[in-house]
Amino acid sequence: MADTMQFDLVSPERRLASIEARSVQIPGAEGDLTAMADHAPLITTLRPGVLRVEADSGEVTEYVVTGGFADVSGSTTTVLAERAVPKSEATSEVIEGYIAEAREAHQKLRDTPDTPHSVADAAAKMLADMEALKGHMMG
Amino acid sequence: MPNLKDLKNRIASVKSTRKITKAMQMVAAAKLRRAQEAAEMARPYAEKMAAVMGSLAASVGGGEGGPALLSGTGSDKTHLLIVMTAERGLCGGFNSSIVKLARQHIERLRGEGKTVKILTVGKKGREQLRRDYGDLSIGHVDLSEVKRLGYANAADIAGQVLDRYAAGEFDVATIFYNTFESVISQVPTAQQIIPAVFETGEGEAEGGPQYDYEPSEEAVLEDLLPRGVATQIFTALLENGASEQGARMSAMDNATRNAGEMIDRLTIEYNRSRQAVITNELIEIISGAEAL
Repeated sequence: MADTMQFDLVSPERRLASIEARSVQIPGAEGDLTAMADHAPLITTLRPGVLRVEADSGEVTEYVVTGGFADVSGSTTTVLAERAVPKSEATSEVIEGYIAEAREAHQKLRDTPDTPHSVADAAAKMLADMEALKGHMMG
Repeated sequence: MPNLKDLKNRIASVKSTRKITKAMQMVAAAKLRRAQEAAEMARPYAEKMAAVMGSLAASVGGGEGGPALLSGTGSDKTHLLIVMTAERGLCGGFNSSIVKLARQHIERLRGEGKTVKILTVGKKGREQLRRDYGDLSIGHVDLSEVKRLGYANAADIAGQVLDRYAAGEFDVATIFYNTFESVISQVPTAQQIIPAVFETGEGEAEGGPQYDYEPSEEAVLEDLLPRGVATQIFTALLENGASEQGARMSAMDNATRNAGEMIDRLTIEYNRSRQAVITNELIEIISGAEAL
């Protein structure tokens, strides 16, 4: 049984990583999960959070991702993130920018009278996730 | 016959035109390489996205009660045409070929009694369509300030389109852009993005692994469909960007060659008339001497 799998992280603009990985910790919409080789096939949407990849060499790389989904199958894991930056490049300004955007979207929805609750809730959750992410990054 | 000074001036002016077109060609070549790289880098995302959405759509199905982006509004009375062109001219038939395709669609849809609305991206398309279909235009996206196309631009356009769709302003959306085939060939393309259309990968759905979906198939699909629209628009923008530079490169190459030919022709004419002037002067001198 192989103990590594092919891991790809792609954003719409570029491919950020394509390596052999031992494990990948994914911030799934319903909670974090760690994918390893021979994981059962799974597709999950992402919440804003930190993606943690352990390469075959044991080296750990972290990425800040928002929006998108992950496709996990036995021998490959592919994460499609709307936005992804290596954690080392994600300064507090970048995160603040995301938060400001989420807040604006949330505010806009609240100001629109007949927004369905599910949509408004999703925006609120997005905002909360972003703020949690910031706490995680800075703390 | 034009006099010598005029000819000389014309040669000088054509020469400087040639310099400009040559420079534009080289700039376009450099930009083309960058645009192609960008398109190349965006491909894995778009392909993966299409594959996952295709298999999801096949299993959830576009029946009643499905997501509106997939199953449509149940009618096809109002069409939105998103016409993507360049911000600048001097790129051969690039803009006209897109506009021509869009015109054909507009005429066909109107012939069928449908309502047509137009959203233009890029200045040139708006200018060309405004004359005949100005009253159909519902908006314009200006990308002239954008130095480097990013996903954010596509997401903006997609956001506008989705808002209008949610407000029930149209039933079907189609994007028009040029697919980049090579430097000398760009193919104007019309692609329907709402309701979403997928190439049904037969057999793949059967043979692939059985996926678990979190939170649920429907929720994942609901989350992905708007992203899919943005991704398709982004891909189209990038293809268009590469096509524009390709078209400009070959147009400018042609212009440079034409200028060169013109310079050769003018130079020959200049030399001939110079000779004629000399001959004339000689004849005058000789006949003057003979008359004495």
